[in-house]
Amino acid sequence: MEHLLRAVFEPGFFGSAPVHVALLAGGVVAVVSGIVGTFTVLRGQSYAGHALGDLSATGGSASFLIGISPLWGFAGTSVAAAGIMDMIGVQRPRGRDLATGIVRGAGLGVAALFLYWDTLHTSTTGATITVLFGSLFTISSSILPVIAAFSLAAVGIVAVLYRPLLLSSVSADLAVVRGISVRATGALCLVAIALAVSLSAITIGAILSTALLVGPAATALRLTSRPGLMLLWSALIGLAVTWLGILLAFDSYYWPPAGHGWPVSFFVVALILIFYLLAQVLRGGARARDSRDARDSRGARDGRGVQPECG
Amino acid sequence: MTMTHQPVTTTQAETLALDGISVRLGGREVLHDVRFTIRPGEFVGLIGSNGAGKTTLLRVILGLQPATGKIRINGAGIGYVPQKIQLDPDVPLRARDLVGLGLDGHRLGIPLPSRSRRRLIDQMLRAVDAEHIADARVGNLSGGEQQRILIAHALISRPGLLLLDEPLANLDIASEQEVVALLARITKEQQISVLISAHEMNPLLPVMDRIVYLAAGRAASGPTDEVVRGEVLSQLYGRHVDVIRVHGRVLVVASRGDGLDIPLEHHADTPVADSA
Repeated sequence: MEHLLRAVFEPGFFGSAPVHVALLAGGVVAVVSGIVGTFTVLRGQSYAGHALGDLSATGGSASFLIGISPLWGFAGTSVAAAGIMDMIGVQRPRGRDLATGIVRGAGLGVAALFLYWDTLHTSTTGATITVLFGSLFTISSSILPVIAAFSLAAVGIVAVLYRPLLLSSVSADLAVVRGISVRATGALCLVAIALAVSLSAITIGAILSTALLVGPAATALRLTSRPGLMLLWSALIGLAVTWLGILLAFDSYYWPPAGHGWPVSFFVVALILIFYLLAQVLRGGARARDSRDARDSRGARDGRGVQPECG
Repeated sequence: MTMTHQPVTTTQAETLALDGISVRLGGREVLHDVRFTIRPGEFVGLIGSNGAGKTTLLRVILGLQPATGKIRINGAGIGYVPQKIQLDPDVPLRARDLVGLGLDGHRLGIPLPSRSRRRLIDQMLRAVDAEHIADARVGNLSGGEQQRILIAHALISRPGLLLLDEPLANLDIASEQEVVALLARITKEQQISVLISAHEMNPLLPVMDRIVYLAAGRAASGPTDEVVRGEVLSQLYGRHVDVIRVHGRVLVVASRGDGLDIPLEHHADTPVADSA
């Protein structure tokens, strides 16, 4: 038993301060991403989330130049970009996608320039790797209160707007008739998405942040038909992939041949894909069962046995 | 003249009164001087071909479309079933969740489980004969089943007036009859006034108390037999129109002037003989 534990948790895992900070920050961020990601997926805003993640790289790379925590940079450009995307308008999907794509391209271009200056400045590629692919083991514990504040804000927005967001993701018309301002709830939801991607930019990187936003939620979508449970599953899956990813990254320092650790982000994203594929397989089985049950119950009610549906 | 959209809680006779409603969209007059009233518990069909202005008129009543003229709405609020919603099979929302959102979808915060809320939802699902699909994903339901759930969503907040925008479009004949019978029953039971739009009046003939016939942005309203007559509709369309009654069904047919008659209130793709 002890051998097994030692094989899973390499020496020093529980005693390491960077691991503690990584588990805490990574865990909180994963839960936030899972919850906000649920609404991103329900509202079909995965591309917007992806663009906000990319745009946060611009601020993240700038913050290295001026010497502040990249979290401020990530959140600054991401929330500003959310505001611009809202102003561009949400009426026509094609126009929205084009505008998002153009702003995103320009933002990444500026990020390339800043990252180049970062390299000249420090003579290393550390900033580039940290901004684009994250660096969970080097998070400074002084930034934890900021992570907590951003997390509360993002989760607070979607918790307060839970029902209006749900109803307007079914139909904007139904929401408007109930007196919901679809525009205002949409804009606030975009701010929550911007905060969530900047938080995951600091853990697994700006480029990969959408994986944590969309992946666990997309997996949860396969597991339940209840919106409340989808939130729960999404948060739990996010937490599980992050903590497992941290463990595997720590253990990988002891893996042959070289003894160099692999990046946490790689493990997190790989685990997200594995969880998603597993859920897809599970859902396939459940769907077959569901439709058989539904046919049976309809048949029983109509007293006409199992028949092909019309309509 | 600007529109006065004022819900008044008085004991006046009408649930809804429209007076001189006109709407211009992009320089074109979509509705012209539309006036009619709906009394409590009345089942009124809003009939007209595609593009006649039915959806615009419903949106005016809902306060979503600016218009000139006067609208008076008395009593409890308005329930609304919009035209053809795309319910995605991927969205994790059970039929009972959508009905529940009709009760409190505008409220803030996460709802706590409540026995009385659940009881209300169960009652409503029973009323639309949808108990057996309560826990199914709405996106996986058939067109007729989705329509019943949307009706439950609209009715659970106990409105005084129910507006339905083409709820029978895209339904097969069996579901169509089912939805019409269900609407007639519930609205009688709960004393709700109904304004239901359709491009085909025949499915509604057995249950309709009165008709509002829209053509070219103008409306004629009254008891069905008085409105659906050649003289009235000819004036409305601005061309000669014949009304033919056959096997308890009504056909409205305009002369095209080349010897071929075209039915005015059918989709081109709906053969007349098929929709009995």
